[in-house]
Amino acid sequence: MNMGGRVLGLHLGLLVVLFALQFVLPAYHHGNIARIMVLASYAVGYNILFGYTGLLSLGHALFFAAGMYGMGLTIQHAGFTPAPALIVGIVAGSLVAGGLALLALRTAGVAFMIVTLMFAQAGYLTILYFGEYTRGDEGFVIQQAQRVLWGIDLSDPTARYFAAWGLFSVCFLLSLWLVQSRFGRTLIAIRENEERVRMLGYDTYAHKLGAMVVSGTISAAAGAFYGLLFGYAGATFGSVQYSIFPLLWVLLGGAGTVLGPFVGTLFMFYLIDLSSGVTSAYMLIAGVALVALTLFAPQGLTGEVRRRLWKGLP
Amino acid sequence: MEFGPHLILATLEGAVTAAVLALTAVGLSLVFGVMRVVNIAHGEFYMLGAVIAWYVAQMVGGHPALGFVAALVIAPLVVGVLAAAADVTILKRIEYDPERTIVATIGLLYIIQQLTLMTYGPEARPVEAPFNTRVELPWFDWFETLFGMAQPWGWSITSYKLFVIFAAGAVLCGVWAMMARTKIGLLMRATQADRDMALAFGIPVERVYALVFGIGAALAALGAVLIVPIQQAHYLMGVEPLLLAFIVVIIGGLGSLPGTVLAALFIGLSDGIISVFFSPTLAKILATLLVGLVLVFRPQGLFGTRTA
Amino acid sequence: MTNQKKATSRRGALKTLAGAAAGAASLPLWARYAQAQSSEPIKIGFQQHSTGIGAAYGRWYGRTTEAAVKLINDGGGINGRMIELIAEDDGTDPKRGAEVVEKFANQHGCDVGFGTLFSHVVIGSAPRAGELKLPYFVVSEGHHVASGMLNRYTLQPGITDVKSQVQAMAPYVSENLGKKVTMIFPDFAFGHDHRDFFSAAIKEQGGEVLEQIAIPPSETSFTKYFPQIPRDTEVLYHVMVGPAVLTFVKELGEFFGDQGPEIFGFIDSLEAVDISSPGLEFLEGTYFWEGMPRYAQEDQSEHEKFYREAVGVDENGASVNDPSDVSTYAHMFGCWETLHVIKAGMEASGYAGPLDRAKLIEAVEAMGEMPESQAHPQGAKRFNGKTHQVFGHQHISRVENGRLVRVHTTSIDDTLYPDEVDYTTQPL
Repeated sequence: MNMGGRVLGLHLGLLVVLFALQFVLPAYHHGNIARIMVLASYAVGYNILFGYTGLLSLGHALFFAAGMYGMGLTIQHAGFTPAPALIVGIVAGSLVAGGLALLALRTAGVAFMIVTLMFAQAGYLTILYFGEYTRGDEGFVIQQAQRVLWGIDLSDPTARYFAAWGLFSVCFLLSLWLVQSRFGRTLIAIRENEERVRMLGYDTYAHKLGAMVVSGTISAAAGAFYGLLFGYAGATFGSVQYSIFPLLWVLLGGAGTVLGPFVGTLFMFYLIDLSSGVTSAYMLIAGVALVALTLFAPQGLTGEVRRRLWKGLP
Repeated sequence: MEFGPHLILATLEGAVTAAVLALTAVGLSLVFGVMRVVNIAHGEFYMLGAVIAWYVAQMVGGHPALGFVAALVIAPLVVGVLAAAADVTILKRIEYDPERTIVATIGLLYIIQQLTLMTYGPEARPVEAPFNTRVELPWFDWFETLFGMAQPWGWSITSYKLFVIFAAGAVLCGVWAMMARTKIGLLMRATQADRDMALAFGIPVERVYALVFGIGAALAALGAVLIVPIQQAHYLMGVEPLLLAFIVVIIGGLGSLPGTVLAALFIGLSDGIISVFFSPTLAKILATLLVGLVLVFRPQGLFGTRTA
Repeated sequence: MTNQKKATSRRGALKTLAGAAAGAASLPLWARYAQAQSSEPIKIGFQQHSTGIGAAYGRWYGRTTEAAVKLINDGGGINGRMIELIAEDDGTDPKRGAEVVEKFANQHGCDVGFGTLFSHVVIGSAPRAGELKLPYFVVSEGHHVASGMLNRYTLQPGITDVKSQVQAMAPYVSENLGKKVTMIFPDFAFGHDHRDFFSAAIKEQGGEVLEQIAIPPSETSFTKYFPQIPRDTEVLYHVMVGPAVLTFVKELGEFFGDQGPEIFGFIDSLEAVDISSPGLEFLEGTYFWEGMPRYAQEDQSEHEKFYREAVGVDENGASVNDPSDVSTYAHMFGCWETLHVIKAGMEASGYAGPLDRAKLIEAVEAMGEMPESQAHPQGAKRFNGKTHQVFGHQHISRVENGRLVRVHTTSIDDTLYPDEVDYTTQPL
């Protein structure tokens, strides 16, 4: 119980700190943290499938893009206002995730990686194919006037920060609650030994399906918010590299920890941002840092904390 | 162009793609099969092969064939040694843990790309083919009488492209012979079958791993040297072959050499042939979905027997 | 990557002093403060494609920009203040591009942002520039600015857009090469612009487009698509981008051999590529659009000569240090000209600091005609203040003895089209 209190305190503490930070941060970092919170939400979604269920997807950009385009296209072509457009984006992400899950969950391991990769790639090409509506790789701007949610202009830095914080809080707490729920514990058990969980009479397929839909939905929400808050939707966000980013963030921060996705996203963002100030070869620094992390912090940053300091960290 | 010649042309073009893809994928498949790790940096070894080929061709000068032959030897060797070094310094130390290997090799990918950008630069640079005559494919003349048409445009291939197909075939036979007939191949197969058992029998598994990683990378580099007179050496050229090779390995059934080659043919040809029937991007979408669906319904790959 | 020139020339310093003395007494307090700061450099944030798919362009955009900054600083800077160039790599990625714009505005305190080429980076970054009220001068040749998609703070005063380039080509193509055209283009928005604008323009000339072949992104082998070219094609129109362009052109040559239609291409298909590369011999006698002729022409103007030397480009359009390092000559002049437009705008508006950004925008919007000069070595330009887009002459060159020789120059009027937006109605 005490343990649970500490856990809750730590995680709520992060949200409080993030909320308070907006009053003290200089403009540049204020904007960065808003961005990082949206991207970290994406990583939170990814972590549910990868970190807790043990399914390595290389196709999450499909869900991110589904959210972004579900939102963006309805605003652009159907004249939707942000609230229903966001809902369309999130629902589109759930449907795509559910559909892909029905097919991809017939496979496991590397075959699962490839199936998700292939469908995401097909999704990316589809965005290009319907360039008449999506403007393909160039993408399109979601104008300031189209980004007013309940009278709040989301292009305003404060409003953007609040929206990003709200999204992140919901995803973060949802993931904290989920992994401590019966459903989440079953997912962890599946990750550790699927065969045994099945023997015990659990429907592992249904659990994995559920995990993938939740994961895809959160990713789509992140995509929809990203497009809305920063005013742009483009095919780049559906490309392979945006499937690899959340994997990287989660692995760096610590797969299978609730805090990990945020820590990893924050770390990676500032690693690139700061090193690009020092040298134009910042990718070199990023590469060396990645290799060093795998050598010296194999569980990711939060994973190391759990291993060394705090065994019960969820 | 009329349907028949178009289809055959697309098939020939597909065969060139398939030949190079097969080399790259067999390299990845060896690593995957024996070491059970996914090497994300595999495409960068391919890229390095092409870049080194350019440097070698520049330095050798003279007739293009001289530079090309030198590159055929030097590039795979250098890349193989680099890869083996990476194996010993990094992969060995993270104990070939699958997830950590992915992150480490992504790191390696960034490092190799950036270093190449800083030294070699962002341009796409050509290497001259040792020979490159345009072959008009006269042996399909009966097509003309059948449809009563004149010499169609583009009804041709270059001698170099034909050479690539044959060269890749020869190398693949060599790899097969190495695996099946030599002691090294035996050691590799033993390690692949059961690592612990191999260790128990006194096989120097660590050295086998370094060797396999080196050979895998060298094969990718070799594929790149073959392709670089057709395409150009560019520091981002490794991304696409990585994805394709990865797909080929899985479709072919993990670690199965003949399966990998057949899958390379399947992927290379289907990409070309589907493009005959559909608009290019739609063809890509369909080809991609086809690969996905094959795996959905045959997760062990088209030619694999084990479950993945 | 930062280029800092502290040395102020005497003339520039005197001018500043005089200006400060005359103006200071009558100015409001904040402006006096700004004047007092006038020895501070003007910070120009340069959004550079140093890595990623645009790196070959980014390198040459960098060299051109540095040459222009040096020229301006040697001449006394802008309003007596030196330019400090702050280059940040955007990885040719729209997400990073937006972040870089934020960094310029909020971290570096840049006066303006500048220099973006790839359209998706421009479109991804421009909303942030508009929100941060950072004047954002792009050098992209995309139609995005003039299409009305962007905002009042985004301008393209140094390079013409694809719509005007493409439509100006149609009359020459239909009169000299043929009326039945097949188009090959990348299946991106950039390629679609070519497809849509050229198809419409050639129809107006009484020609027609027989077939449109869109090549998927990241394709590396092209021969399989060429059989779709209809046999009655008179002109093949090609435009391709990315690292595989040389393969594309080479395979085109191998496909046709010594037969085939007339070929007209955009130099984008061979930008930064040596035209005498092995396998390109078939290009002899084919035509290219060029924003600015890569090979020094016999009648090259003194301004162009000066520009070529300043940037370090030889007679053949390659680096003077390395003849195999071919420049992106048809596009990169845009950086040079844009910097001079920024300079002219800042001087016209008496720009003193970020608080004058709105005045800078209005000053550039008011520019109109820009005569050919050292500041505009590519030729005269006409800036449309409403659409924020500049218009200028386009060139068509023919490959003769392995060199591009200019055979036609369009008038500016050939490149005009009706306004699609009026940015000046948007608030500043």
